[in-house]
Amino acid sequence: MSLLGNLTLDAVPYHEPIIMVTLAVIGVIGLAIVGLITKYQKWGVLWHNWLTSVDHKRLGIMYIILALVMLIRGFSDAIMMRTQLAMATNGAAGYLPPEHYDQIFTAHGIIMIIFMAMPFMIGLMNIVLPLQIGARDVAFPFMNNLSFWLAAAGAVLINISLGLGEFAKTGWLAYPPLSEMSFSPGVGVDYYIWALQISGIGTLLTGVNFLATVFKMRAPGMKLMQMPIFTWACTWANILIVASFPILTAVLGLLTLDRYLDFHFFTNDGGGNAMMYINLFWAWGHPEVYILVLPAFGIFSEVISTFTGKRLFGYTSMVWASGAISILGFVVWLHHFFTMGSSADVNAFFGVMTMIIAIPTGVKLFNWLFTMYRGRLRITVPVLWTLGFMVTFSIGGMTGVLLAVPGADYVLHNSLFLVAHFHNTIIGGAVFGYMAGFAFWFPKATGFHLNERLGKYSFWCWQIGFYVAFMPLYVLGFLGMTRRLNHTNNPDWNIWLYIAALGAVIIFVGIVLQFVQLYVSIRDRKQNPDVDGDPWNGHTLEWSTASPPQFYNFAVLPKVHDIDAFTDMKEKGIEYQAPDEYMPIHMPRNTAAGMQIAGAAGIVGFALIWHIWWLAIVGSLGMVVALIARCYAKDVDYYVEPQEVAEIERAHLASVATVKEEAL
Amino acid sequence: MSAVPETLKFANDHGLHADDHGGGHHDEHHDTGGNTLFGFWLYLMTDCILFASVFATYAVLYMNTDGGVSGKDIFDLNFVLVETAALLVSSITYGFALLCAHKQQKAGTLLWLLVTMALGCVFIAMEVYEFHHLIVEGNGPDGSAFLSSFFALVGMHGLHVTAGLIWMLVMVFEVLKRGLGAQTVTRLGCLSLFWHFLDIVWVCVFSVVYLLGAM
Repeated sequence: MSLLGNLTLDAVPYHEPIIMVTLAVIGVIGLAIVGLITKYQKWGVLWHNWLTSVDHKRLGIMYIILALVMLIRGFSDAIMMRTQLAMATNGAAGYLPPEHYDQIFTAHGIIMIIFMAMPFMIGLMNIVLPLQIGARDVAFPFMNNLSFWLAAAGAVLINISLGLGEFAKTGWLAYPPLSEMSFSPGVGVDYYIWALQISGIGTLLTGVNFLATVFKMRAPGMKLMQMPIFTWACTWANILIVASFPILTAVLGLLTLDRYLDFHFFTNDGGGNAMMYINLFWAWGHPEVYILVLPAFGIFSEVISTFTGKRLFGYTSMVWASGAISILGFVVWLHHFFTMGSSADVNAFFGVMTMIIAIPTGVKLFNWLFTMYRGRLRITVPVLWTLGFMVTFSIGGMTGVLLAVPGADYVLHNSLFLVAHFHNTIIGGAVFGYMAGFAFWFPKATGFHLNERLGKYSFWCWQIGFYVAFMPLYVLGFLGMTRRLNHTNNPDWNIWLYIAALGAVIIFVGIVLQFVQLYVSIRDRKQNPDVDGDPWNGHTLEWSTASPPQFYNFAVLPKVHDIDAFTDMKEKGIEYQAPDEYMPIHMPRNTAAGMQIAGAAGIVGFALIWHIWWLAIVGSLGMVVALIARCYAKDVDYYVEPQEVAEIERAHLASVATVKEEAL
Repeated sequence: MSAVPETLKFANDHGLHADDHGGGHHDEHHDTGGNTLFGFWLYLMTDCILFASVFATYAVLYMNTDGGVSGKDIFDLNFVLVETAALLVSSITYGFALLCAHKQQKAGTLLWLLVTMALGCVFIAMEVYEFHHLIVEGNGPDGSAFLSSFFALVGMHGLHVTAGLIWMLVMVFEVLKRGLGAQTVTRLGCLSLFWHFLDIVWVCVFSVVYLLGAM
């Protein structure tokens, strides 16, 4: 038994030029970043202000940076698949051999859902939710930092798979028996398991943390039915997280036992039952898509009501529609495998339940329409994303209802129609929502505005590119093309594959424009500051703070009397009031413990992937020791002195006053 | 303590004690025992779903013996009864420990924690013995889907109990060194929830796996 387990130099894919070039590019960019940080002597800032931070706002920004980095990786996979399929027609082989192509579509799915969409959603929730409920931080700030680093450790593992060994070739669901040792003997599925398991535990902790936050730490006076709608949407999503992620933990654990210790849960032999995996997986997987999309719905609600200058239409129905979607989300999982061959009654039940979800979703859509009705909508970037969503998501929702008909599903199952449908809802729903939220709260998080013009260009590229890329897939699905094909030989499909590739290029331009927008906005940040912290005439408490918010959020916890708490204060003329005296504020100190624990978890994952048993034991002990050390750490908190608070608040109120004078 | 001036201790505007227990310290800022207990309850609910998933797996697979042994062949109810008794009694003794803690009786708390740990160790030792016995007999988890799900379900509970024992050991040292400050009592409260929760799960394991299986 080697000291490095199964890890040898052969694990590096020297013979794959695409991978080696990618690694070289990553290496160069990485070195450039390290060089720049060293040159400008920012290591201390990075360490003290960011990596060890327990501040929810900074963690939120780090989550979104993680999401954007992983978006680049996931989109590279996407454009490689589309170009491969556009080239590999009429029996041509294309440029990606099947064993590489299979890893790409698996990685694309996992990266986009687990390491792009989830961090993006959790990042926005981190930045906004505590501010919206008038809290100074989340219930467990250290655990929040730990959650981030667990997500990051998972992301690191999945990226290591690029240069060491391989990633799973099973599709992002890793269905057994294909994912069992007998059919996938390599390390790919193990990378899949541990990347997902570690980041999933981080997400679970986030769910617990934010539920405790909304139930225990709302500002004085804020009743549950007065929480801002985004907070409510996130709360439902968090309920879904704590109810569904343990199922993922369990099913991955069982697959681990099958692969490592020769158990027989899902194997062909020994009495195993692969459908058990598929049931459990989707019992997590379906709620997961609502975890992604409900916060996006919350963002659209905030955006629409803010930019029409009106109170949201149907707040109560919106809250309960989200609740209905959350609960129904747990009784529809079987629609992912109608073709399993359950009885007609079972399929009918799950089909009907699936269709019923369209009702609360429709309620939401009408609420947004009625909010806009007789409002004066300001067409900003967040509003464009919202309008684009309303049209696009409606189409995606309707194709979903179509797929919910078991008979139709037997024809369309595993076809490109399905691929088009879920991209239609996840991009048109979740991603558009995060983009809207990104543009909406960017000034709040950073203190300066995003370039509006480039934002609009980017939106139109995404919007048009989306239709060009995915509408052809609906057609291809009807023409009988199944998903995960490496090359095709059907002349009828060619034109649609070419169009889809063109669409991916247009989306690519949209993504490039977003990064250009980010660059230009940061470059011109001095010209576009958000001075008073309330750039959009906002309704909720996050806009009452400075931009970026004071590190303690609120010098005095606000008293809440209304859903639109900040609007309520503005109407009463009490929005920016300094108290007679400030009190000391209790704050948590930064800590490296989250990095230590998650780093050890990542090492354990890596060691288990390569069967380096001694390292797995060392890493596990490291986790336990770091956790216990954290529990008994001295000096974990401090008080902000009233004088310091007073100075910060005076500066904020002065900025507000200048903006008001200019407005007069 | 070092960072917090004595005069500011009661001054944060939640009206809650920031740190009013000698030597103890908060994990989280303006965290109160209430937040921690509530958060821990939420975590336990997620753990409950974890167990539910593995229970469901057991329920689906317990008849898939692949021609090998079934529950009837391998379960020794008398043995499991002793095991169960040890764990159930440990819940009561933990309760005594917590009562002592609330009364600030350090010696009593420590004594009952040690008794609880001893009972927990008896439970784990018996479980390890049972597993070892089964594997030696050729009925290890690789034997069939039934055995896989049996080992996974019972083993997962056992791992939880083991984690609880390690936690309890750490708490013994905490009580020895720091006494029974508010934070320590909160932590003992969380461990209490965890320990009783594992008892409840075991009642389900005992009924569903052993009693129904041996019938």
